[in-house]
Amino acid sequence: MTPDDKKRVLKEMVMHRRFEERCYQAYMERKIGGFLHLYPGQEACCNGVMEAARPGHDYVITGYRDHVHAIKCGTDPKVVMAELYGKETGCSKGRGGSMHIFDTSHHFMGGYALVGGPFPLAAGMAKAIQMKGGDEIAICFLGDAANNQGVFHETLNMAKLWNLPVLFVCENNLYGIGTALDRSTAVLDQYKRVCAYNIEAAQCDGQDIDVVYQHAKVAVDHVRSGKGPYFLELMTYRYRGHSMSDSRGYRSREEEELWKQRDPINILRDRLISAGQLTEDEFRAIEKATDDYIENEVIAFAESSPEPAVADLEKYVLA
Amino acid sequence: MAEIMYWEAIQRAHDEEMARDPLVICMGEDIGVAGGTYKATKGLYEKYGEKRVMDTPISEGGFTGLGIGASFLGIRPIIEIMSVNFAWLAMDQMFNTAAKVRYMSGGQLTAPCVFRSAGGAAHQLGAQHSARMEKVFMGIAGLRVVTPSNPKQAYGLLKSAIRSDDPVFINEHELMYNMKGEVPDEEYLHPLEGSEVARAGTDVTLFGYNISVHWCLKAADILQQQHGISAEVVDLYALSPLDRDGIRKSVSKTHRAVIAEEDEAPVGVGSEVIAIINEECFFELDAAPVRVHSALVPQPYNHTLEKAAIPDHNDVVKAVLKLFGRA
Repeated sequence: MTPDDKKRVLKEMVMHRRFEERCYQAYMERKIGGFLHLYPGQEACCNGVMEAARPGHDYVITGYRDHVHAIKCGTDPKVVMAELYGKETGCSKGRGGSMHIFDTSHHFMGGYALVGGPFPLAAGMAKAIQMKGGDEIAICFLGDAANNQGVFHETLNMAKLWNLPVLFVCENNLYGIGTALDRSTAVLDQYKRVCAYNIEAAQCDGQDIDVVYQHAKVAVDHVRSGKGPYFLELMTYRYRGHSMSDSRGYRSREEEELWKQRDPINILRDRLISAGQLTEDEFRAIEKATDDYIENEVIAFAESSPEPAVADLEKYVLA
Repeated sequence: MAEIMYWEAIQRAHDEEMARDPLVICMGEDIGVAGGTYKATKGLYEKYGEKRVMDTPISEGGFTGLGIGASFLGIRPIIEIMSVNFAWLAMDQMFNTAAKVRYMSGGQLTAPCVFRSAGGAAHQLGAQHSARMEKVFMGIAGLRVVTPSNPKQAYGLLKSAIRSDDPVFINEHELMYNMKGEVPDEEYLHPLEGSEVARAGTDVTLFGYNISVHWCLKAADILQQQHGISAEVVDLYALSPLDRDGIRKSVSKTHRAVIAEEDEAPVGVGSEVIAIINEECFFELDAAPVRVHSALVPQPYNHTLEKAAIPDHNDVVKAVLKLFGRA
């Protein structure tokens, strides 16, 4: 990544952070319903991987913590927020909600709410790419807890057996809902579990975007060059609970503070400032411009958009 | 019009559709090199190769999800689940993904997959290889369910299912693969909705689907010959959506209804058809509708117990006679 790339990505990460924090506020105001799973703390994961990949070209699929992945693929934040508001202008026409963001025009193939569900779907997209002979790859972002589902193992087996162009990104945030990794999982290093299937795998820091990018570059190049699947484990942390109903009673505030000292946005910001490529004032201006954009455009769009018509209740059930 | 077997009809549909469209693939356990447990994919591996005729690991949840994912990008997979009992392992992907993705994406993404599976009690296969599960599939929004009762339907329904933009579950039957029947020589696409009058009659309607159509036809012969009762047989080849018009039309003509199913009674096709009769034409009825169904037991292994658990044409005849107050 060039210094300009890094500055752009920093701006994006600030936007991703502020977008999610604004979702929190809207949820407390009951503007957003259902379950809401927020991404702050993990921004370097999605951004680092997608900087190494081709957003809008490669096919991306993920779980329910999906807003930022869609935006990174090119989805307009306005239609994501409108979706959270349940509006007709939402990317999924208000039928999906937070856990089901879709934007096929940018090859964001969806957020899914069954833990581990996207594993075989990603491999299937890779099978389609392989059959059609395209240069895209399939990228599957999921959390550490998904690896305890049976389809994780079933999918890894098939992905290697058929040499499918799929990159599995494990965002290991150390908790599956409210249960710590070491209380649910016999092998803590997730990348080691993949070795059983003879799949190339690596583990790295998920808070430093430069580290993520370097590892993701290797992973993406491996998959795109036809060498088969790859598994990349990124060690990260979510600041908020699993969803909004989570009071985080299963972990200590000290642990949370420790992780916040390795905040992905601060790491990149400080690096750019010490390299003389960014000033404190510039960064504050970025934050201010982001907040203004979210309030004046994103929220305003969601607020002013129409509800779906009740007459259209059964639209989209069958083709 | 040639007479061919049910499995041959399914094989022909696969072959024609794979020849027509290079994006049609089939996948499942033992379908390739081994030619398929019921021969439904015989010869396809040799003709189309391993990329399009995929022998999968025994991982129903995994390969079903993989087929669905491929369908997101335009592949048309025909996914064979060897026995419907194993479909439980794939239902998360079938129901939570394939059936719902179109709706929850606001119409952006669709999963044009075909799921084929053999259900039904065969010969002493025991509790975990004898299930009839159409009741489960037909209650899922976004999933079409069809069930062929003869080779012509097996051929035409599969061809239509492959071309449908919706996910379609095709419920076959282990005992029917060697059944013979006429199939048109020319290409034939069977509608995925509706019902067929398999035999016209005036006194009572016998509703069946898949194997129970044959019990109904046999019962109709007996009723005509031995009891002077003219039974109409309606073949409900589409279980989702059910043909409300067809059900109403026949009951409005005969004023009596018996529904025969191999499934257990609670929450089944019978209860759904009776609900439709109530909603559509209750005041046409001269007698309360009756359902013929399996006993509510896990399928027993013992031959005598198995026979006792599963209904047949004699049970349909008995139900009709009871309906007419002659039992």
